[in-house]
Formats: sequence, structure tokens, C-alpha cells
Amino acid sequence: MFLINCPFCGERDQSEFSSGGEAHIVRPKQPTELSDDEWAEYLFMRKNIKGIQFERWNHAHGCRKWFNVVRDTSNDKILSVYKMGEKPPVNYK
Amino acid sequence: MPNYRIHKTEYIDETKRVSFKYDGKTYFGYEGDTLASALLANGIHLVGRSFKYHRPRGIVSCGAEEPNAICQIGSKKDLTEPNVRATELELYEGLEASSQNCWPNVKFDIGGINNFISPLIPAGFYYKTFMWPKSFWKKVYEPLIRLSAGLGKSPTEPDPDIYDHKYVHYDVLVIGGGVSGIIAAKMAAKNNLKTLLVDDKKILGGTTIYQNNESIKIDDKLSSEWLKNEIQEIKKLSKLTIKTRTSIAAYHGYNFLLAKENLTDHLPEEKKKNKIRQRLWKIRAKKVVIATGSIERPLVFNNNDRPGILLSNSINKYLDYYGVTCGENIILFTNNDSAYETSISLHKKGIKNIIVDLRKSANSELIKQAESLGIKIYFNHVVTNTFGYRKINSLEIMKLSEDGNTTVGNKIRLSCDCLGMSGGWTPMVHMHTQSGGKLDFRDEDQVFLPKENSEDQISVGSCNGDFDLENIIDKTVNKINKFLDIDNQDYQDTNIICSKENDKRNIWLLPNKIPLGKTKCFIDFQNDSTAKDIKLALKEGFRSIEHVKRYTTTGMATDQGKLSNMHALGIIADTAGVKMGTLGTTTFRPPFTPLTFGTLVGRNVGKFFEVVRKTSMHEWHVKNNAEFENVGQWKRPWYYPKNGENMHDAVQRESKAARDSAGILDASTLGKIDIQGSDASEFLNRVYTNAWSKLAIGKCRYGLMLNEDGMVYDDGVTTRISENHYLMTTTTGGAANVLSKLEDYLQTEWPELDVYLTSVTDHYSTASICGPNSKKILNKLFPNLDSSDENFPHMSFKEGKLENINCRIMRISFTGEQSYEINIESKYGHSLWKMCIEAGKEFNLTPYGTETMHLLRAEKGFIIVGQDTDGTMTPSDLQMDWIVSKKKFDFIGKRSLYRSDTVREDRKQLVGLLTDDPKEILEEGAQIVSDVKSKPIDMLGHVTSSYFSPNLNKSIALAVVRSGKTMKGQKLIIPMENKNINVTVSDTIFLDKENKRLNA
Repeated sequence: MFLINCPFCGERDQSEFSSGGEAHIVRPKQPTELSDDEWAEYLFMRKNIKGIQFERWNHAHGCRKWFNVVRDTSNDKILSVYKMGEKPPVNYK
Repeated sequence: MPNYRIHKTEYIDETKRVSFKYDGKTYFGYEGDTLASALLANGIHLVGRSFKYHRPRGIVSCGAEEPNAICQIGSKKDLTEPNVRATELELYEGLEASSQNCWPNVKFDIGGINNFISPLIPAGFYYKTFMWPKSFWKKVYEPLIRLSAGLGKSPTEPDPDIYDHKYVHYDVLVIGGGVSGIIAAKMAAKNNLKTLLVDDKKILGGTTIYQNNESIKIDDKLSSEWLKNEIQEIKKLSKLTIKTRTSIAAYHGYNFLLAKENLTDHLPEEKKKNKIRQRLWKIRAKKVVIATGSIERPLVFNNNDRPGILLSNSINKYLDYYGVTCGENIILFTNNDSAYETSISLHKKGIKNIIVDLRKSANSELIKQAESLGIKIYFNHVVTNTFGYRKINSLEIMKLSEDGNTTVGNKIRLSCDCLGMSGGWTPMVHMHTQSGGKLDFRDEDQVFLPKENSEDQISVGSCNGDFDLENIIDKTVNKINKFLDIDNQDYQDTNIICSKENDKRNIWLLPNKIPLGKTKCFIDFQNDSTAKDIKLALKEGFRSIEHVKRYTTTGMATDQGKLSNMHALGIIADTAGVKMGTLGTTTFRPPFTPLTFGTLVGRNVGKFFEVVRKTSMHEWHVKNNAEFENVGQWKRPWYYPKNGENMHDAVQRESKAARDSAGILDASTLGKIDIQGSDASEFLNRVYTNAWSKLAIGKCRYGLMLNEDGMVYDDGVTTRISENHYLMTTTTGGAANVLSKLEDYLQTEWPELDVYLTSVTDHYSTASICGPNSKKILNKLFPNLDSSDENFPHMSFKEGKLENINCRIMRISFTGEQSYEINIESKYGHSLWKMCIEAGKEFNLTPYGTETMHLLRAEKGFIIVGQDTDGTMTPSDLQMDWIVSKKKFDFIGKRSLYRSDTVREDRKQLVGLLTDDPKEILEEGAQIVSDVKSKPIDMLGHVTSSYFSPNLNKSIALAVVRSGKTMKGQKLIIPMENKNINVTVSDTIFLDKENKRLNA
């Protein structure tokens, strides 16, 4: 059970949060100009990394804010949290 | 009655006699006893029959690892509990326990016949035997297997006990209150760290607390005396919380642990009443010290399972802690020094005993002590067989060959009434591995040890493979100082003297002259698996330990192989000729010991099982005989039966009344989201498929919301209250998800939009009045409101006052009738409803529930998201192309509407179905085909909604059918179990296509 450091509320139990999958997938600005394959890439394709992964989490039973998390999926350690719109920490890639 | 309690100890209060019943007979013990120690004091070893062969079995251990002494406690239908370990259950006045897995009784058990046919039931017997004939499985094999499967009896009535949960945070959690745990807890708490120490026993002290050997001393005191002093010390520490009778059940990631605290299991019946029985602690600890100790290993030889055969250290504990001897003529069979402690202790209490040691020789303080006391020791010997049916009465030993692979010389027969065995010690690495830690293998004494890999968790003491006291204390102190980054000097000058074990010899499966096939060398006592079974599994090709475990069921009983897993691994390694450390282990899964469901569930039972949401009109519905339907957490009136009506009749009456005169529905549960901000219109443009910018203030519009994949997600009517203020309604079940989804887009994709969302579902109550007379009722309620169609047309909104209380009235319709939804602050909802009913009396205003609502909307062909759609339907599939804006640049899901898959012509599409026989009502979910003769039958789709319409006087249905759009007028077939129903594809709108009624 993770302990997640919500950037707005501080450390809270995982049960207060919901996961929103991979982070930094930007919705295309002009979807109509994309081919089926390009749209499918945005719509369906997600990484599933063993190692350092960038994720979206929502403090659903708290402040309801979305934010980003850097997590090592091999040991579940959360390495960093940062707000939406902020750049991912440079020391992880 | 025999009495095996031979001396007084401080842990048994002989002034407090306790009577208890075992297998219907009354016995006595004392306060401080466990059920096991009390039984042994009464000379009872035989406590159960084994699972498969029904062999008589006795108490083996004194703790959580016990495989045999598991009992059924109590006989009440609601409170009886199976598989309780007698070795852990504290004795209380009036305790009723009985043995399990035997009939008619433990001494004479019919199932014992299995022992004699055991050659016929080897490992994998079930897999091999019950395969054929196939038809036998359901009627013969399964019922028979079920009859003999399982241990003990479950309660048949709900558990009346109270359970509790508690959340706590600590700097340091110490698991285990033995010598290393006590030292760790003291060091942490003295350094001002908030510390919790848990131990599963009644008192702290582990095995050291009853240690009384003169050769083991700390600061010139007996180790037990020294430890008692330490315990007194730590009890004074303000930063330390001590929880006894508390065991860690699970160790999850991020140092989140579950512990079970037993609060009343040791109390007599009358004192248990109205108290919390068990509390589940949910612990978050910054650092965890694991000091869970180790478990003594049995030895694997022929007939090693007879009653009277115990672990050597358990004999010691029964003697020195409980004052009970397990026999009067005891043999100890060992491969290590620890049995010598037991031997010396027994000797000092005057109990005759001898030692059989499979080592060639041994040399340590303990051994010298035993020799000097004149205790007979057979070095280089093994036990090859034991005798005695209900209890051991003698055994045979033989000399080991030089390489230890076989026995040599003559059998020596020794009589005894108890055998203690010690195959060394297994560190309890459960907690370490549950936390994600890996293991190392130490060849020297064949143990798996925790591999240190975390800064948040550490193992100390014998669970870390440190077995002598000097090693334990020194290493614990050093490791804890480092782990907690402190500099505690309390133990700097502690002087420890202890015997050092110098000689080791381990043989997993002891040699025997008898062929293995004819022996019963038990590995897993509870599941009756033997060395022979393990070898058979290997012979049949199983290699992985996980497979062998499942095939032979070794380690799969309620004790989870605490005594057996190491031997199984050892025998596999020996047989396969591989090094034991390379095999790995089976997975140590939580819980460590079985938990009751009650503990896990806590207070969330009965009416606290789930949140129930009720509208403010709920009481009226209850008074007026409504049947309720659960919609999410909401209770919604389903229908209101009158004068014994069944559901069908009630719904027909309600539906007719709504169209003939007036009906009223509690629509409070619909999701309501208040949307404000200067970009509110733009936001709606992006989330709905249709255009919103031009919606005039005071008007309402229906919207369809898609997922990014183009599939219909939700629908509802949104009202423009003012320039930058909208009120969105969603489906009842979708409200929370829609809000989350909208928030997601606002926060992550479109943060530049000035929009604020607030859920107001619970803030307003809604009464929806529909029907030809609805306007007349509205006029009675709001006499000052101009309700003319010019001023208040369909799809518009007005504000009104009901006795000075503001209301929002939307003229919108889900039934196809002229209809008004009156919204009021929730606290006035009940009054609003009653006023509506009163005003509607002269018009036969009929309250209707969700079922009638469904019927009325189906007559009109309105979809229900989640009933007529299932996450694979596009607007076009629903024949709702009209609602998808062609002009808008973008909206959620737009691009997906012309992916190659979504533009396929042969997608499943929503159609109406009319049965050839208008009285025939289709079953929702029924499959639709065009040809019943082809094989396999080509499934075209299924029925999504079906009703008998009283207003059309015929059966109507909605369905999704492949290429359905092009099939109007075509005949299709619904094959049912006993008949085929002929239907014709129709339009989805069955009533009032011209919307005359809406605007009437």
C-alpha cells in the first residue's frame, strides 16, 4: 500500500488516490488532421515499463487534484511527485 | 486422573483452577495454561486425526507452527470456530473444544481405514483417479470428495462478535518480543522514537523467558532473570507502546502492516460479552525491526508422527514455562545442541531421558554438562522406527554409516512414552519476504536468511540466523544502532556467557533399511504428505518447488508448511542432486496465521456494509409502499404496488396514468453538476457532441457525452442558468465518474479554461411531473408563473417560488409527455413532494418508479446509457447522428467517430423490435438470429430493453442488431429454450413520433 505525497495535501494512504495511467501523453491539438494510426497511437498505446515510469494520479478522496508521479515499478518506490504542467524532474528518464 | 504437572512456575497461577471440556469430557487446568499445556498436564497427547490417512496425531509444538492440535472451539451455530491451534489458545473457564477430522471419535475413527489403504492413495491420487468416466464427476466423485474435504466445521449463522479496526503511525515497529526485539524496542524508544512492540504471546520474553541453564548467563544472572529485568525497564519507557497477544498478519509495501490483536479470546464466556473480540491494527511505520525468531525443525524418519512425538524445545517450554512434563521416560533425538538444554532441564526435574544424536560427536559446554550429569547419549545414531498406536511406547535406533547414507549394525529397541525431536532451527523469514526482501542460503546449517536490502526494514535475532545468545545480543545492538542511526551504549558492558555449538550434521531424509515405499516418513503432518510423495512427484517429472508443493499438497494446510517446507526443499535438492540454495523457496504469503473474516471486515457489517443514499422524499416512498431498486448507492422507488398488485400490474397502471393524466417521479438522484466560469460554454462544446455556444439563457439542451474512443459515455440535459452558469444533469449511476472525467480534462488538458465544477447532486431534490395534466398541477403550485407555451416552452427553464422558497423548474421530458422538473433545496424536498401530491389529487397524479420511467421512455425510443449501450456504441450506432455536430472543430471522441472500425456499416446498431404476437414480451439479453438452422447459428445481436406497453397495448423492445439500420421491416428470430419468437425490426420510436404530446 503506497504512501503518496500529494503535492497539495502531503502524505496520504494509497486508498485516497486513483491512478490515471501514463503521464505526459498530450491530447493532440488537431485530431482531425491525424491518420487512424496516429490517433490510435494517442488513444490506445501505453508504455508498461519495468523500471522508472511517469504516472498520473488523482487525489480522488482528498483535494481531487491531478498530479504526476515518478515511480520505479520494479520496487514500487515513488521517487518524485510534481504538479500538472510542471516538467518531469530531469534526473529521471 | 494422571497429573503431569510436576512443578510450580511463575506463569501458572495454581490458585486459579479452570475447568474446560475437551471432546465432551471435563478437565482442569490453571490460569496461564494454553489448551495444549492443560491437555498435556492431563496426560492427553492424542488430539486429532490426520487429514488423509486419519492417523492418530498428538500435540507437536507450543506455538503458531502447530500442525496437529487444531480444534473446533465452541458448539454454538454462530460462534463455533474451526482450526484453532490448541498451542496458542489460552485456557479459560468454560472453554469447550473438540478434535477435528474424526468420526465417531478421536480414539476410534472409521476413516483410519485410509491408513491401511494408503499404498492406493499416493500423491496426486485425486488427479489420477477421478478423471474417468467423465460423467461420474458431478454425481459421484465430487459429492464424495466434498464430504471428506476441509478441516473442521464453519459456523452456520452470522458472527455476533464485535471487531474493530485501528490506524496507527509509528517511527519504529518491532515485531516479536523475544530478547532481540526487547533490546531493539528499548534502544529505539530511549532515543525518543515513537515505538510499537508487538508479540503474539500473552507475555514478552520469547524462549529466553523460561531459560534456566547455568551455562547461559548475562551479567552473571540466568538469562531469564536478566530478561525479566529488561522487560520491567522497557515498560517504563514513555515512547514505547507494547501490544501482546498481537500478531502481524501481513507486511505490505511502504511499511504498511496489518496486525491482529486478540482482546477477548482468553476470557470466559460471560466476560467476552459486549467487548471487541479482535482488533485489526493498520500500522504505518517509518522503520520496521523484524525479530520473529525461529522455529524448531522436526526430523524425517519412519512413523515420526505418533502422538507423544514433539519438538524438543516444546517439551522444554511445557516443562519450564507450564510446569508440565510430556512424559516420564523421554528420548530426545537431535542433530544439534538445543535438545541438550531440554535434556538437562528434564534431568533436573527428575525426568529420565536419553539422547540420540545423529552427529558423530559433539563438543560444547551443554554437551559436557549433559555428560557430567550422566545422561546417556547415543552419538552417530538415528531413530529408524517408532511403535505405539495411540501413543508412542518404544522406538528403534540404529548406527549411521560413515557417510550418513545408510544405517549399519543392529537395531536397538528403546522404550519411551515421549520422543522429542530437533532437526535444527528455521529462521522465520516470513515478514522479511512479505515485505519484498530476498533470501540467502547458508550451507553450514542449511537455513535461508534475510538478505539486507532495505533501509526501512531489518531482521535481528534468530530470524536472522543468529542462534546463540551472545551473537544475538551483540549483533542486534550493533545493527539497531546503525539502522536507526543512533548511538546507544546501554549494552556496551553487558557480559554474556553461553555455550557455543561447534558441530553440525544435517540429513533431511534419515536413512532406513526399510524401502522408502513401505515407510511413513511424514513431512507435512497436517496434509499427510510424506517423503515418498515428494520423491514420487520428482519421479513423475515435477521439478519446480511450486509444482511439487501443489501436487503433493505439502505446505498447503492451515499451518502453511511452517514445519514442512524446509524438509520438502531439502529432499527435492538431495534427490535431484542440486544445491538447496539454488532451488528457491515457495512464496511466503500473508496472513502468517489464519485470520477470521470478522477481523478483516471490522465494523463494516450489516447496515454499515455499504453507504446507502436516500433522497429527501424517501420517507414518503416508504410510507406509500414503494418497492426500491438499488441504483449505485441510491435507493430509488422501483414501483408502488397498490392493493396487492404485482410488479407488472403496478407498472401498467402507473404508465397508463402518466400518459392519461399525470405521473410524478422522484428524480433527485440524477447527477447534477454546477458549471460556472467565463469559458463554461466552450467547455460544454468540447465535452458534448453537439453545439452549446448558441444556447440562450433560460434554455435547456440534451447532450451526449463520448469517451475519447467515440463510444457513448453519458447523457443528460444541461440548462443555461445565466451567461456563465450552467447546470448539467448526468445519469444517476454515472454522476461521480462524469465529474472525475470532466475534472481530468479541465486540470490536465485544458487548464487555460476558466471553468469551475461543483457536484450539487445532493443539494437539490427533484420532483418530475409529467402527463397531459401536468401544466394544471404546475399552475396550482406556482400560481404566479406564466406557464403558457409561449412563455415557458419545452426545453426551457424558469425560476419560481413555492411559499417563498426558490425553485428551478425545467420543462424537459424523459417520457415524451409534457413534463416539468421542479428542483428545490434538498431540505425542502419532502415538502415539495407532498405539495405536488396534494395539488395533483384531483388529476389522479400517480407516483411512479424507475420501472415505469423505463417503460415510458422506451415507448418514446429514448436510450438509457448503460442499458441500451455498453461502451461499444457510437452515436451513429444509436441512430443519433443528429446530435453529432459536423461543424465543431473538436470534441471529446470526435476523431474516433471516423476510425475505420467506427465507420463500419455492419456494426451493431440500435433498432426497435415488435413481436409478431403482440402479447409476447421478449427477455432482455435474449440473442437475435435470422436463421436457426445454420450451424453454428450466426448471432446478430441481443435485446437491450423490453416491455409490454399499456399505452400501445402491445409488446415493444429495443435491441442492438448487426447492420440493424438497414433492416427495418425484416423478420428476425429470438430462439428461446422452448420456442422461437418471431419479431420484426421497427423504428426505435414507438409512440408520438411527431412530438405532439410534448408540446400539447
